[in-house]
Amino acid sequence: MSELHDKTISQLLLDLDNKAFSSVELTGHYLDRIERLDPAINSYITVLREPALARAAAMDVARQKGIHPPLAGIPIAHKDIICTQGVRTSAGSRMLDNFIAPYNATLVEQLNDAGVVTLGKTNMDEFAMGSSNENSYYGPVRNPWRADRVPGGSSGGSAASLAAGLCAATTGTDTGGSIRQPAAFCGITGLKPTYGRVSRWGVIAYASSLDQAGPMARTAEDAAHLLQAMAGFDHRDSTSINQPVPDYLAQINGSIKGLKIGICTEYFDEGLDDDIRTAVMAAAKTLESMGAILSEVSLPNTQHAIPAYYVIAPAECSSNLARYDGVRFGYRCADPESIEDLYKRSRSEGFGREVKSRIMVGTFALSAGYYEAYYRKAQQIRRLISADFSQVFDQVDYILGPTTPSTAFKLGEKVDDQVAMYLQDIYTIAVNLAGLPAISIPAGQSQGLPIGLQLIGRHLDEGGLLKVAHNFQQASDWHAQRPNDGQ
Amino acid sequence: MPPITVTQDLVLAVAELSQLNIDGADIDDYAVDMTKVLALVEQMHGVDTSGIAPMSNPTDASQQLRADEVTETDQRERFQAIAPETDGGFYLVPRVVE
Repeated sequence: MSELHDKTISQLLLDLDNKAFSSVELTGHYLDRIERLDPAINSYITVLREPALARAAAMDVARQKGIHPPLAGIPIAHKDIICTQGVRTSAGSRMLDNFIAPYNATLVEQLNDAGVVTLGKTNMDEFAMGSSNENSYYGPVRNPWRADRVPGGSSGGSAASLAAGLCAATTGTDTGGSIRQPAAFCGITGLKPTYGRVSRWGVIAYASSLDQAGPMARTAEDAAHLLQAMAGFDHRDSTSINQPVPDYLAQINGSIKGLKIGICTEYFDEGLDDDIRTAVMAAAKTLESMGAILSEVSLPNTQHAIPAYYVIAPAECSSNLARYDGVRFGYRCADPESIEDLYKRSRSEGFGREVKSRIMVGTFALSAGYYEAYYRKAQQIRRLISADFSQVFDQVDYILGPTTPSTAFKLGEKVDDQVAMYLQDIYTIAVNLAGLPAISIPAGQSQGLPIGLQLIGRHLDEGGLLKVAHNFQQASDWHAQRPNDGQ
Repeated sequence: MPPITVTQDLVLAVAELSQLNIDGADIDDYAVDMTKVLALVEQMHGVDTSGIAPMSNPTDASQQLRADEVTETDQRERFQAIAPETDGGFYLVPRVVE
């Protein structure tokens, strides 16, 4: 039997039903572990001990009465870019270090309605800009698998807290790979839903045409539990998709026999680590042995995804982050001499280096004389990339490949090489440009570090992706591997 | 479009548009960083996109419209509670008009 903190949500729900322990005991167990283990990992920015225990007690009462929401008493954490009423929501930035969110994000309300207990807010790259969680005002996060490695980013705190057994599941956001890449680096399951499937209302904006929140969990089945609560139309998000939410938990148990899975040749280029190549191909063979039909497919515009992304995302970032002016909320510089001094110093002191760099690139790309050559050009390439996927999805149901070109790299290894850091997202970024759902699941290890497998699906086929992932997890145990914390 | 080398003047011009103070040794640092990022995105210009419509929404959806009705209530005090400085319902900033 696995340790309490290693159990899946499905196991915890059974145990809570059978009164093996209460939510107060479970929540206390996680809080004690956070207190003991997190100083070395730094996965939490804010821990909500008293509110979490009070909430857990309320959920225990509801459970005793026999009428309770589906996830009653399950302790989770939210990425600190997601607004939680009355609780600091920092986005990993000095700019919002003093920002107490005046309302809950829609997805927080939905998960609260489903009965979760919120343990706290997790660390992240500032405003979700980064692939290593080294860009946080609250310091870097360490990978629980090996302390000299990064957890990935930008949802690095979420992935690390889950891998270290400091919560049962977490939320993340993914603009260019920020759920999937840290999921791969930390050996967990991370789902980036279709653009618009989960409301962005109350999720602090980075690049609005790419941002999407999703679940990070121990298994595909657990991710289905969370997505069931998070997905759905929200009239407060004008890009929210107004389509019914299917029963994901029912969908995951289907067979994958006869499903067509395309292996994307461009994702197995020379930049890919050999151990990852071997592990991902072995995983493909496992799926084939379960009845899936494999074939090779091509996404010829893959190489243009990073260039297009690093125009579109900074452009939208420069526009979204214009709101931080030191006037209405957030950081304000001391003793401003003029309104211009107030704006400029508040922004210069409140934002970190990478954020300022992206604002600068984005402002340049949108400026007079360059807009056509950069922003418009990138949006045209975005359509070519999207068309590549449409063509491939005429032939196959899912696309398979690695999530990342390497396993978790060392802290500090890429901080001085911005472009090398950007290339981390080479297999994940095109998915955001096309608005598709994709999942990263553990599929092996290399020198003791987890390897992630990525599956990409058609718009709104989260259920199918979770089904393929769940089937793979029934036939493998990579998702059940845990880092050794000696506790 | 020829490759762009970001000069100190361009950094300062973009910093002004971005409402950021960038000075001293940072100017050269940003110039180097921006030049590298623009070199990375440069390969876009080799792609033939003639006749391709720009894509701004990944599902090609247009924004949802709602009925033109007031749905929000006045929550000024709540939202001003998190402001750096307010007075009588106004946000305070340094004097703009002498």
